[in-house]
Amino acid sequence: MIQVPSLSDFNLQYTLPALSIVVWAAALLIIDLFIPRERKQTTAWLAAGGLVFAFVVNAFLFNVNDEAFLGMFRADQFTAYLNAVVLGAAFIGVLMSVDYIKRIGIERGEYYVLLLFSVAGMMFMAAANDLIAVFVALELLSIPLYVLSAFRAPDTKSEESGLKYFILGAFASAFLVYGAALIYGATGTTNIPAIFAAVSGIEIGGSASILLLIGSGLMLVGLGFKVAAVPFHMWTPDVYEGAPTPITAFMSVGAKVGGFAAMFRILASALPTFILMDASLHAAWQTTVWILAAATLILGNLVAISQSNVKRMLAYSSIAHAGYILMAVAAAGTAGVADAAARAALFYLLAYMFTNLGAFAIAIALEKDDGSGTNISDFTGLAKSRPGLAAMMAFFMLSLTGFPPTAGFVAKFLIFQQTLDAGLVPLAIIGVLTSVISGYYYLNIVVKMFLGDGEGDPAEGATPHLRWAAYACFAGTLILFVLPVLGTDIASSVHLATALIP
Amino acid sequence: MEATGLSLLTVILFLPLVGMTIILFIPGDQGRNIRYTALGFSVVTFALSLVMWASFDPNVAGLQMVQRWDWMPTFGISYYVGVDGISLLLIVLTAFIMPIAILVSMASHIFQERGREKWYYLFLMVLEWAMLGAFMIQDLIVFYIFFEITLVPMYFLIGIWGAENRVYAAVKFFLYTLAGSVLMLLAILYVGNQAGTFAIPEIVSMVHSGALTFPFDGLFSTQSYLFLGFFIAFAIKVPLWPFHSWLPDAHVQAPTAGSVILAGVLLKLGTYGMIRVLLPIFPEATVAWAPIVAVLAIIGIIYGAWVCYAQDDAKKLVAYSSVSHMGFIVLGIFALNGQGIQGSILQMVNHGVSTGGLFLIVGMLYERRHTKKLADYGGIWKALPVFGAISLVITLSSMGLPGLNGFIGEFTILLGTFGSEVLGFFFALFATLGIILAAVYMLYMFQKVFMGELDKEENKHLPDMNWMEYAALIPVLVGVFLIGLYPALFFAPMNTTVMELAAQVGHFVTTVAQAVP
Repeated sequence: MIQVPSLSDFNLQYTLPALSIVVWAAALLIIDLFIPRERKQTTAWLAAGGLVFAFVVNAFLFNVNDEAFLGMFRADQFTAYLNAVVLGAAFIGVLMSVDYIKRIGIERGEYYVLLLFSVAGMMFMAAANDLIAVFVALELLSIPLYVLSAFRAPDTKSEESGLKYFILGAFASAFLVYGAALIYGATGTTNIPAIFAAVSGIEIGGSASILLLIGSGLMLVGLGFKVAAVPFHMWTPDVYEGAPTPITAFMSVGAKVGGFAAMFRILASALPTFILMDASLHAAWQTTVWILAAATLILGNLVAISQSNVKRMLAYSSIAHAGYILMAVAAAGTAGVADAAARAALFYLLAYMFTNLGAFAIAIALEKDDGSGTNISDFTGLAKSRPGLAAMMAFFMLSLTGFPPTAGFVAKFLIFQQTLDAGLVPLAIIGVLTSVISGYYYLNIVVKMFLGDGEGDPAEGATPHLRWAAYACFAGTLILFVLPVLGTDIASSVHLATALIP
Repeated sequence: MEATGLSLLTVILFLPLVGMTIILFIPGDQGRNIRYTALGFSVVTFALSLVMWASFDPNVAGLQMVQRWDWMPTFGISYYVGVDGISLLLIVLTAFIMPIAILVSMASHIFQERGREKWYYLFLMVLEWAMLGAFMIQDLIVFYIFFEITLVPMYFLIGIWGAENRVYAAVKFFLYTLAGSVLMLLAILYVGNQAGTFAIPEIVSMVHSGALTFPFDGLFSTQSYLFLGFFIAFAIKVPLWPFHSWLPDAHVQAPTAGSVILAGVLLKLGTYGMIRVLLPIFPEATVAWAPIVAVLAIIGIIYGAWVCYAQDDAKKLVAYSSVSHMGFIVLGIFALNGQGIQGSILQMVNHGVSTGGLFLIVGMLYERRHTKKLADYGGIWKALPVFGAISLVITLSSMGLPGLNGFIGEFTILLGTFGSEVLGFFFALFATLGIILAAVYMLYMFQKVFMGELDKEENKHLPDMNWMEYAALIPVLVGVFLIGLYPALFFAPMNTTVMELAAQVGHFVTTVAQAVP
């Protein structure tokens, strides 16, 4: 006889932040119908209000460690931390969008609704405790982003962006599902703790072990696509360039959060003890991730040098930063390092959220209503016309390089430390050397702004809302350097693998 | 001794940052207020650094005026300041150079052309903060942070207010030094992971009590790789031959104040780091690598001097003379004995004063004639007699004339090298060659600029020196004579600390000699 679960078994309160976003997004779709066209800003503020509510509720999740929806989702500090990053990114994203979508003429209420659905997808992704949940959350994350990328239609670049993202994204999803199926074949379950338990019973080198290897590899392909890891990065520059800039900004952070959350859950929570040789201290997938990380770092940073469009440059920079976080994933493959590596990655995502959104905020300020003004040469002389914006942009560029006194420095420092701790010295060396290379193209913007001749762009897009977004990012980037404990302490009890051992 | 409340060091360190914040809120068109705020804060910082010297106990080998706050306790990183015999003079030197750099900027005309005066003084204040921090901090990570932050304001000073090729020079300066120091970050992380803390005194005591060992068995082993990670970063900063190629570009393009600070203080970060980190933490690798480093230093001494003689650009000449002089300092450090290290520390101060002074002179000439070519000058003494006399003294001090400061430092270094167990007679011999060459190129420059006939029409009516230029040059003269005539005053505070360091390292000279045939 089937036992019908009661509502209390679902532990709904633990998914409340994400659930509230879903419910609010659905409600907003209706509410928006009653908001007159000329007052569409109201929708933005309503959406922002929903984000704030979820943020407050999420604060209570930091001390929880439990499952929800009968094991489909997990509520722990890892989830709560990433939820906070996503909600922060979305809130700043809304601030950046309010005036932008109005002046480029795409102001429609669905924009914010889609944004909220995508946020919910990211939050479910951060909580996903089951391969099926990973897949569903990934689709909820992606589909609104496909639409949002094409939101500037009939602008052909934006249409191209949406279509490219959709086709390649669907392709990647297929890899992910196939990988999940193979893992199910090897272990007989899709539940992450159950997979973890099953792995210890798999014979090393046996047929189940090979299934598991291929399965996890395919899932890595699917997730690698979402986080823009080389060689699955081809879509990134085109999509980033064509999408409305606030969406690019939000996507560059949010999609990474989702992708890396699932990567950590699958690799570090479910498969940390999956080894190919007896008594090995290194998980079977470590070498693969290591190579992905190295390739991502090298290609992302090298190709970024030759970009002339700031959105494309930031796209390659975002590929490169995926490489740094992949360093932490690779480090998590060494026994005993997983938790510390996950904490480093969490801090990195938080720091990257502030820094990268800040950089995009300044780019939006310079963007003209017809979508031009996004070339790096448009930054020339900005320090003369808008010294405040230029100073902030310089600060964000230093942070992206990983240079003190910025959050980016602390983040990279934590990642390098874990990489060394995991014994991946060559990867750490590649990491620091590519950081120097990245200094070149980030500095190029600073050169243009401060050292270039010319009167500079008046940066008419720098509306009060946008400036507040930039100030918030600036404050975040600075404070996380001065008091890094604010970012590290709230991750201090993140346990991925060990928490599952009874 | 742990200070309760704020340590004097913390006050000195953050004073420039307070100045920066105030300047930030002064409107950009109030140039006068901005200038005098910067000058005022830098003078007060200098005065406090003298107070620090006065309250410094020369009989204590360890750190004094210590203050420690947790920064990232989970990783054993803290804000940890303290001063000992090694850093005392360098902190005073930094605080001494800064008002001079500000005065010479006030006398300069760069803002009429380039504007943005507010940003200029803002960057100078940040630079002072970062340099003081690098000398005071006793935690490897935070030291690295300050070491790196110095690049940013310097980058802007060169890039915005520099000469024609400023952008190229600024980017090269930034990336070259950054490339050197990232490997140091990895080495720091490795050391910290092993030690469980990043505090230098704790790591040093662990190393010398045997609680922490970095495996060493020759020129290529774990400890040597760590040594090299740090060494390359410091060698680029110094700059030691063959890592010097960024220096002439940076110096030639930088505004006068930038050159003065670069030569006066920033280069010392490298040699200071060698004494602070390499010698105590990696003693075996230091001993093993000392002869190789010393050979590089001597090549630098002779090469720098040789190249000087071929220059027709006054600033480039002074820049290459820095390569030569800094070679002396590195040589003294790697003599690994008390005399060598003491001579090096004093020579760091000397070089800051003398070469800083030379850059002031070149800068003041440039203000008047807008050229740095030696051939455009000649007979300036007749046009500007007082200026000529001051320049003569500074030139002679840079040459190492007995009675002036340069002599004391170079002589002590040579003594140390001669008596060193790892270096010895031939190293001293070749280094002496450098002193002779220094006399040649310095007198060559002085003769080209100040002597001869006043035959160029443009040189005949040069404006006289103003009070700001006097105010910048006279402290330099005071320094030159004070160190030259009363060196004991400067050796006294460093003696105890350096002797203890030399004894620690000296212990390894024999053990390594047995390990490495």
